[in-house]
Amino acid sequence: MEPVRIPPFETFYDENKDPVFAHLRRLLGDGAEDAFQETFLRALRAYPRLKDGRHLRAWVFTIAGRIAIDEARKQRPRGAMPEVAVEDGLPPHAELGPLTDELPPKERAAVVLRYGFDLPYDEIAAALGSSEDAARQAASSGVRRLRERSKQT
Amino acid sequence: MNTVPTGLDGRFRAAAAAEGLLDVAYDVVESPVGDLFVGVSNRGLCVISYDTDAELQVERLARGFGSRVLRSPRPVEPTRRQLDEYFEGRRHQFDLDVDLRLARDFGRAVLEELGRVPFGEVTTYGALAARAGKPRAARAVGTIMNRNPIPIVLPCHRVVGADGSLVGYAGGLERKQQLLRLEGALLA
Repeated sequence: MEPVRIPPFETFYDENKDPVFAHLRRLLGDGAEDAFQETFLRALRAYPRLKDGRHLRAWVFTIAGRIAIDEARKQRPRGAMPEVAVEDGLPPHAELGPLTDELPPKERAAVVLRYGFDLPYDEIAAALGSSEDAARQAASSGVRRLRERSKQT
Repeated sequence: MNTVPTGLDGRFRAAAAAEGLLDVAYDVVESPVGDLFVGVSNRGLCVISYDTDAELQVERLARGFGSRVLRSPRPVEPTRRQLDEYFEGRRHQFDLDVDLRLARDFGRAVLEELGRVPFGEVTTYGALAARAGKPRAARAVGTIMNRNPIPIVLPCHRVVGADGSLVGYAGGLERKQQLLRLEGALLA
């Protein structure tokens, strides 16, 4: 497939700032503001290295997800995330960050949002800017890919 | 509650510029000759335009300077202040770095010469061509003036025809008259 041109950052920011903010509010409540700024600064740092303008929403949601994980870690000692499994001291979605590193961005975002953050498919679809079916498909093919990879190693 | 609060949006835009992450920061500046779209790169002022269609300008800047173009008022502040002073008659010379990296060869030489035409004076297309090293290139200079990326600061309004007629101006002849009148180069 021909790569899609990367839009100017202003356009990208304008199209994604509200959905990303809403997503971070759901995950972090009042802590969303710092995470929001960090998400877009990180996106801005990585922006010149992007090769393809497809799935930019999935990409920025993945960044936001990772930052939310870090925030959640910081908040945990104050008991802010009591519902989180604590076996190894990390929330379950933190595990998914590095594991899914090599997935295509859309599948990675779908997997992290579904299995890390337990988001329903309609919200994942909104996050990815795709249909609910496409979100379901991205998550399942991401999981399939992870399974195949774990067999190989 | 699901839209980004204005304060947070502003903090992000300021931080992006403060961390040096932008190819171009831009803002719209009000002036007596209408709103001006102003863009500043890491090397200096790179665009002033009478056309404030942000979408079009942002696309253009991204193609020329890199994709990290963002509205961020802080880096534009010195330009805004000097433009204000100019329009209030308190400044006759701009003290700003300009980024002419998109201009090549003769075009660049002409724009650099243009920057030396003093406040309140006029020159001709032919004279400017000569000063840039090509006395017969008056017509080419006309085209270069028409595409001047940084009008007002690079004063293409001070360039007129050999017979003293105003000839043309990318921002419209009315603006050219207005600027020359402000500088006292044109009577009433």
